[in-house]
Amino acid sequence: MDLALAVGLQVLTGVAMLVIVSLGLAVVFGMMRVINLAHGEFMMLGAFAAVLASGAGLSLWVAMLVVAPVAVGLFGLVVERLLIRRLYGRMVDTMLATWGLSLALVGGMTMLVGNSVSGVSAPLGSVAIGGFRTSGYDLFLIGAAVALSLGVWAALRFTRWGLVARGTMQDAETASALGVAPDRVYAATFVAGAALSGLAGALLAPLSGVVPTMGAAYIARAFITVITGGAAILAGTLSASGLLGTVSTLGTFLSTPVLGEVAMLAVAIVLLRLLPRGITGRVFRRAL
Amino acid sequence: MTAPPPLLATEELTMRFGGVVAVDRVSVSIAEGELRCLIGPNGAGKSTFFRCLTGQYRPTSGRVLWRGRDVTGFDPFRMARLGIGIKTQVPALFDGLPVVEGVRLAARRLHGERESRRLADAALDRLGIAHLADRPAGLLAHGQRQLAELATVVAPGPDLVILDEPTAGMGAEETARTAGLIRELNRDHAVVVVEHDMQFIRAIARTVTVFHQGRVLVQDSADRVLTDPRVRDVYLGRAAA
Amino acid sequence: MTAAGRAALHIGAAAALAAAAVTVLPGALELFALINATVWAAMALLALSLAFAWGAGGILCFGQTAFFGLGGYAYAVAGINFGDGALAVPVALAVATLAAAALGWLMFYGRVGDVYMGVITLTVTLILFKFANSTAGEQWRIGAAPLGGFNGIPQTPPLNWPGEPDNALTPEQVFVFAVLCLFGCYAAVKLVLLTRFGRVAVAIKENELRAELLGYDVRAHRLGVFTIGGAMAGLAGVLFANCVFVSPTMFSLAYAGQVVIWVLVGGVGTFAGPMAACVALQALTAWAGTVPGFDPNLLLGGVLLLAVVAVPRGLLPTAQSLLVRLRPRPRRRGAEERPMAPAE
Repeated sequence: MDLALAVGLQVLTGVAMLVIVSLGLAVVFGMMRVINLAHGEFMMLGAFAAVLASGAGLSLWVAMLVVAPVAVGLFGLVVERLLIRRLYGRMVDTMLATWGLSLALVGGMTMLVGNSVSGVSAPLGSVAIGGFRTSGYDLFLIGAAVALSLGVWAALRFTRWGLVARGTMQDAETASALGVAPDRVYAATFVAGAALSGLAGALLAPLSGVVPTMGAAYIARAFITVITGGAAILAGTLSASGLLGTVSTLGTFLSTPVLGEVAMLAVAIVLLRLLPRGITGRVFRRAL
Repeated sequence: MTAPPPLLATEELTMRFGGVVAVDRVSVSIAEGELRCLIGPNGAGKSTFFRCLTGQYRPTSGRVLWRGRDVTGFDPFRMARLGIGIKTQVPALFDGLPVVEGVRLAARRLHGERESRRLADAALDRLGIAHLADRPAGLLAHGQRQLAELATVVAPGPDLVILDEPTAGMGAEETARTAGLIRELNRDHAVVVVEHDMQFIRAIARTVTVFHQGRVLVQDSADRVLTDPRVRDVYLGRAAA
Repeated sequence: MTAAGRAALHIGAAAALAAAAVTVLPGALELFALINATVWAAMALLALSLAFAWGAGGILCFGQTAFFGLGGYAYAVAGINFGDGALAVPVALAVATLAAAALGWLMFYGRVGDVYMGVITLTVTLILFKFANSTAGEQWRIGAAPLGGFNGIPQTPPLNWPGEPDNALTPEQVFVFAVLCLFGCYAAVKLVLLTRFGRVAVAIKENELRAELLGYDVRAHRLGVFTIGGAMAGLAGVLFANCVFVSPTMFSLAYAGQVVIWVLVGGVGTFAGPMAACVALQALTAWAGTVPGFDPNLLLGGVLLLAVVAVPRGLLPTAQSLLVRLRPRPRRRGAEERPMAPAE
């Protein structure tokens, strides 16, 4: 019984991690149909922002939950202005440009801070549930994933941006033909995506070392989740995270974390053979 | 003895998008060597019907028959291999390649290199664009693109040619010329033309199938269709809206 | 000039260049520089493999390094087990080819779009990178060959003459072999483009729908192009394994990015451009690596950004069209043709 609970909690944590890691990427993909290849580096910047802010004396919670998303969101605004805006409508070029940005950010950060690992320790200690103890921070991450999902849901449901985003997700061509996706909506999307990526990096900073190259550790998972989910931002992320998080956690449980990730990739590729536009390309088509 | 099956036929063909029924139980048959016009106002479902015939859409229900054989749900390349030449509404050309290369490749699937060259030259001549052979397709003017695509479509000698709005964006004079061209093509191939231009239908003057709200409204000779009050209502109703 | 004539001219020029390289360089270069030149030849072959898949077939593969690394690893593992490098080459080629065919089948027959294709291929190489990194320890061995985790397989066996396992190739001979492979693949892709298969592949890149409506099976052609590209990348991996040794780096994001950069900078749609860009950028990053405090990733990222924003067609095509524009031209005949009415 305790084992079942422990495994269940592990799976939930795994799913929550995927949601956190993928949501920023999914927001940009759902609206703009491009994959931001600098997503991992946006996470890295968020992690550094949190580490620096908490090192400067701010509370870790403020550093993680406020400073990181705001800082990376602002950075995203600059990137959108200087780079992404020039490439609207050129999806492949946009992806290539974000790849260039990714390499440049890794290189630039390495020159600034070097290759040494900095970090923050996980707050919240451990919590007893029934007969076993679990990390309180894991429970916090599950809560954070739920809160983020609710936040994105509310934004999609109740804001003007959300209205446009929903139109675009269901039928990109018609939406753009109707002129409902002006530059400002795209810009807002990119900034929101960047802020979510930054927040994700900060949230994961206590679990892993913070280094300029840390983004590479997460992007494979995020890419797989987003393309498996398809264009619907929330339904796609949640369904794909649920499926793949379970696969990878069980794989990890049975073998090693890396094999868990290999299993996740295998499932995702087979799934794409069956549903080339991701889960939400076929089922949940009208979902958010 | 029974009559041979029609060249191409649909039986109760239906295409739904979510709650919208774009094509509603349409049964149409095209005979060997026929020239048929499918008309209807915008939104009547004729373009969706076209895409079901070419394999770009998989119909929700109903059947597509080629010489009596069920070919429903074939991919476009398999439809083409049956001997159907397809011209899309927005000309689809190999923009970076010389016009003649595209026409040669059209013939090359069935013929050797030498024969393909001959067929390509013949097709370009037939459409009067031999002088454009070496120009990259992407640099052609709009009307030239239409002709280049027609050459690509007819070069391999298909049994049936399906054209989607070949006069889109043309003036009256070009429309009349294209109508003449299509009648000329009909000497060698059965032709189905999807159109909404009434002038064009008048110039072609053959059997016309009128689509309205996803169904066949009337099917008759051009003369009678053009004077049919229901057809006029459908078009005027649209025009007034 | 006909397409065949142009191809013959290009292949002839490449043959002359390759002949010059194999006669002059082994004598002129120090051993270290010669091995470096071999690495560059291997990388140029990797660049060519993507230039073919992307430029000729329109296949956006961000993870060409997957087949490069698989070829290298398969060569090392088979070589150690057989005790014969020459026998390992066909094994390596088979592994890379089959991997490309399997991945290609999943992608093209699922008809996934461009963006998905780029991301899937990149993800595959990223996961292979992680997997290779995690194979440290005794339990990770294939036959006699330990996979070595982060360290790779330092005892990657050298190539030898076929049938003579004890007669290893000298570095000079490996260099000659690499140049011959590069030239052979260049000539091969040039010739492939003259066949119906190659011409249809290019046509598919130009307009997928039109090719399909002409009765060509787009999926099969894409699969063919992708598989040929994967096989060439695998051969590049074999060559690389011979002058360095195999390690997870071969799958890494930085390598995957570089291949894309070479092709993009050299010009998608050309073969010579990406190979030249490969050599030039390798030289540039090697030099940048010696500048204290400088990180070559910054340079690569900057080059990629610049290429996308400022020279989207790549250097070779841009240079070519500049030359054409500078050349005096007779007035076009046919300027009197009246363009028909514009599209709606």
